[in-house]
Amino acid sequence: MTRQIHLAAHFPGVNNHTVWTDPTAGSQIDFASFEHFARNAEKGLFDYLFLAEGLRLREHRGRIHDLDVIGRPNTLAILAALAAVTDHIGLVGTLSTTFNEPYELARQLATLDHLSGGRAGWNAVTSSDAFHGANFRRGGYLAHPDRYVRAEQFAEISKALWSSWRDDAIVADATSGEFLRDDAIARVQRTTRLFDIDAVFDVPASPQGRPVIVQAGDSADGRDFATAHADVIFSLHTEFEDAQQFYRDVKGRLAAHGRDEDSLKILPGASFVLGDTDAEARERSREIALAQVRPETAITYLEQIWNRDFSGYDADGPLPDVEPDTGSESAQGFANRHAAIRGRIAQLRELAAAENFSIRDLVIHLTAKHTFVGTPQHVASEIDRYVQQRATDGFTLIGHLSPHGLDEFTERVVPLLQERGSYRTSYDDGETLHDLLGLAPVTAREPVVR
Amino acid sequence: MTERVHIAVGLDGAGWHPAAWREETARPTELTTPGYWRDQVRAADAAGVVFATLEDALSLGGRTYEPDAETRLDRARGRLDALLLASFLAPLTERIGLVPTLTTTHPEPFHLATGLQTLDYASRGRAGARFVAGANEQERANFGRRIGDSTGLDAIVQASTEASAEASTPLRIEQSAHWRAAFREAGDVIEAVRALADSWEDDAIVRDLATGRFLDRDRVHNVDIDGEFFSITGASIVPRSPQGQPLVTVLAHQTVPYRLAAQHADVVFVTPQDAAGLAPIVAELDAASAELRGEPERLRVFADLLVVIEPTRAAADQTWARLQERATLATDARVVVGTAGDVVDEIHALAAAGVDGVRLRPARQPADLFAIADQVLPRAAAAGILAVDNGAPTLRERLGLPRPVSRYTRQETRA
Repeated sequence: MTRQIHLAAHFPGVNNHTVWTDPTAGSQIDFASFEHFARNAEKGLFDYLFLAEGLRLREHRGRIHDLDVIGRPNTLAILAALAAVTDHIGLVGTLSTTFNEPYELARQLATLDHLSGGRAGWNAVTSSDAFHGANFRRGGYLAHPDRYVRAEQFAEISKALWSSWRDDAIVADATSGEFLRDDAIARVQRTTRLFDIDAVFDVPASPQGRPVIVQAGDSADGRDFATAHADVIFSLHTEFEDAQQFYRDVKGRLAAHGRDEDSLKILPGASFVLGDTDAEARERSREIALAQVRPETAITYLEQIWNRDFSGYDADGPLPDVEPDTGSESAQGFANRHAAIRGRIAQLRELAAAENFSIRDLVIHLTAKHTFVGTPQHVASEIDRYVQQRATDGFTLIGHLSPHGLDEFTERVVPLLQERGSYRTSYDDGETLHDLLGLAPVTAREPVVR
Repeated sequence: MTERVHIAVGLDGAGWHPAAWREETARPTELTTPGYWRDQVRAADAAGVVFATLEDALSLGGRTYEPDAETRLDRARGRLDALLLASFLAPLTERIGLVPTLTTTHPEPFHLATGLQTLDYASRGRAGARFVAGANEQERANFGRRIGDSTGLDAIVQASTEASAEASTPLRIEQSAHWRAAFREAGDVIEAVRALADSWEDDAIVRDLATGRFLDRDRVHNVDIDGEFFSITGASIVPRSPQGQPLVTVLAHQTVPYRLAAQHADVVFVTPQDAAGLAPIVAELDAASAELRGEPERLRVFADLLVVIEPTRAAADQTWARLQERATLATDARVVVGTAGDVVDEIHALAAAGVDGVRLRPARQPADLFAIADQVLPRAAAAGILAVDNGAPTLRERLGLPRPVSRYTRQETRA
C-alpha cells in the first residue's frame, strides 16, 4: 500500500535562511503575513503549520544580531489568532518546558485545542541556559542534566491535567442545579525534586483530549523523550541513508513502549528550490544561497566560532589564519570547550582546503544547502521516495521568503504528490490534527500514572 | 451638559450571576467553544461597545468570594485562557478593544508582555489587559514551583503564615503583608510590560540593503529590570506593536488597588454604589495620582454596573428573584435590575457625575449581553450620552489616549 506523505509548514525563522533582501520579501511580524502563510499551507493541505519560539533576541559578541530577520510574535497568541482564519490545518507551536509551568501551559494548549476545534500541537523543547533564563523569573535555574528530567515530568503532568476532566464532566442540569457531576475532575498531585503540584485543572477536556506532541531534540535523552511522549519528531536527518538509519533507530524503540510504527511520525526539516529544469533550479539555488549568506553573514558566522573580530577580512578570501579567542575564564569545562572549539576549527580548515572554499563558500556549504533542488517532478519524486522507503514520514518544509515562500510548493509540487497517490486530495481524512497525522485518537482517558 | 461616555462590557462564562447558567437562554455546555464567544463579542463589536474585558483566573474556582469555590458542583466551571481567547477573537472583529484578564502573580512577565504585543498585532491595535494579582492558595498549588528554585512572591507566599482562606474573602489589602506584596508585584509586572513594549523603537527595523542591516540595533533596548520580585534583562522578542503599548486596566475598590491604578493604569474600573458614591472614589484616585502617577495621560475612570435586562421592570424583577432563589450573588458592583431604559438612566447619572465610561457586566450571558448590544447602546446613543466612535484605528486613540512614545526614544530626545 502506498504510504501517505505528511507535511508541515514552517513559518520562516529569525536566521539567515530567511532572505529579507529579496524585493518580494514581506513583513515577518504583521498579522497579514501569518494569515497569508496559514491560508497557503491550508490550500496545500499541509498537516500543520509550525512555529518556533522566541525567548530572547539573538546576540552576536554581546550585541543584538542585526544582519538577519529578527522579531517575532508570541507563539501561543499568534496560533490562537490563526485558529480564527483557518478551518482544517493543525497549529503547532514550539514551547519550552524550562521557561513555562505545566498548569499554565497545559491550559493554554487546551484552550488552543478548544478554539481550533482539535488542531493544537506542542513542540516540546528544553533549554537550561542563563542567556535565555535572564528574561525569566528564575534565570538559568536548571542544571543542564535536568533539562530532560524536567521535560519528562512536565509532559507527564501536562498529560495528567489534560485527562483530568471526564469527557462527561459537565452535565449542566438546569433543573437540579448540578453543573459538574461528582468526581468530574481528578486532582493532579505531583511531588518531585522539581515540582510540588497539587492542581485542579480548569479547562474541560478538549476536542483532541490532548494536543499532538512534537519533539525536536536529537540527543539520546531527546530520542527517549520522543519515544515515550511524542507523536511527531522534527528531526535534522535529511540525507537519505542517515534518515533511514534514524527512522529505524527511533521506530525500533517504540515497541518497548507498546507503540507501533505509525504512532510516531518523523518529519525532518527540509528546504527546497524549484526550477523549470534541473539546471535552472541549481542556478536559483546558488542565487538563494548567496542571498542567505551575504559576505557579512559569512564573516559573522566565523566570528561566532572564533570569538574574534573579523570585520577586516574578505569573505571571498581564505579562512583567517589566527587562533580563536577562547576566553580567560576558569570555569569548569573550560578545557573541554577550548579543545572542542579548536577541533571544530581544524575540521573547517580541512574542509576548506579540500574543497578550495572561500569563507563564504564554506558558510554556504554549512548553512545554505537546500534539501531538494530540481523540477517540481524531481522534488515530488524525491519526497515520495523518502516516505515510501521509510526514511521519513514526510517533511517540515521551510521556504526562504516570508510569507510566501511555500506558495510555489503548494502550486507546483502538491498536485504532483497527489497524482502519485501518496498525498491527500482534501481534508476529508480527519477533523483533528491527530486524525490528519493518522494517529489514534486519544479516546480513553490516559491513565493518571505515578 | 453631560459628557458622552464610552460603554464597555465585562464578560465572564455564563454571566456574572452564579445561577445564570440555569437560565433557558443560557448555553452552559458551550462555555469553552469558539462559537459562543464569537457570537457575543461580534454582537458587542457591531453595537459599538468600545472594548470587552474577558475574565480569567488560574484556578477552577476563580476569584469569587465563595470559600468553597474549588469544590462545589453547582457553579458553571471551566474556562479558556483569556489572552488566547482574545487573540482568537481579534481577526473576527473590527473595532472592539479586546482586554483579557492577565494574572500577575505566577506567570512570566516576559510571556505576558509578548502575548499582549502579539494580540495588538493580531487585532491591529485593539489590545489591552486587565491586570490582577492572583495570590490565592489554590493558584499557588496549581503552579507548584519548588521553593528554593523560585524568587519573589512565591517565596513570600510560602513564608506567609496567613491562612489561605483570607484570599477567598473580601479583605483589607493594606492589612496583609502577603497581599501588599502581590500588589507591588502587579505594579512591577505592568511596568515590565510597558518597558518591553517600548524596547523596540518604532523605526528599529530598517532593512537597509546598502549596509546589509535588517535592524538598527541601537534602536532596540535591553530593559534591564532588576526588581523585588523578578528580573528581566533583554528586549522583547516582538517589535513595537501598533498601539506602542497595550491599554492597561485595573479593577479597584480599596486603597491599595486605587494606588496601583493611579500609578500604573490607563483605565480603572471602580464600583460606586450610586452616582453620589463616585465622588469619594475619584477624590482618592486623584490624590493618589497627584502623588504617584508616572503616565503622562490622566487616568480614565470607568464605573462598573452588573445588569439584568428585561423588556419590563416586572419581568426583570421576576428574573432577578429566580436567579437569587437559585444562588445568591455576591458582588462588588452596583446591580441594576430593570429595562434597557433603566440601565441608560444609570449610565446617564454616572456620566453626569463625571466618569469617562461604564463597564456593563451582564448577569446572564448571552441574554443580557445581547440586550446591551441591541438596546442599551442604541438608546444611549439616542440619548446623546454615548461617545461617538471617532473612527481611530486603535483602542487607545478611540479612548482619546495618544500613542505613547517609546521611553527609549524619549531618553534620546532629552539627551
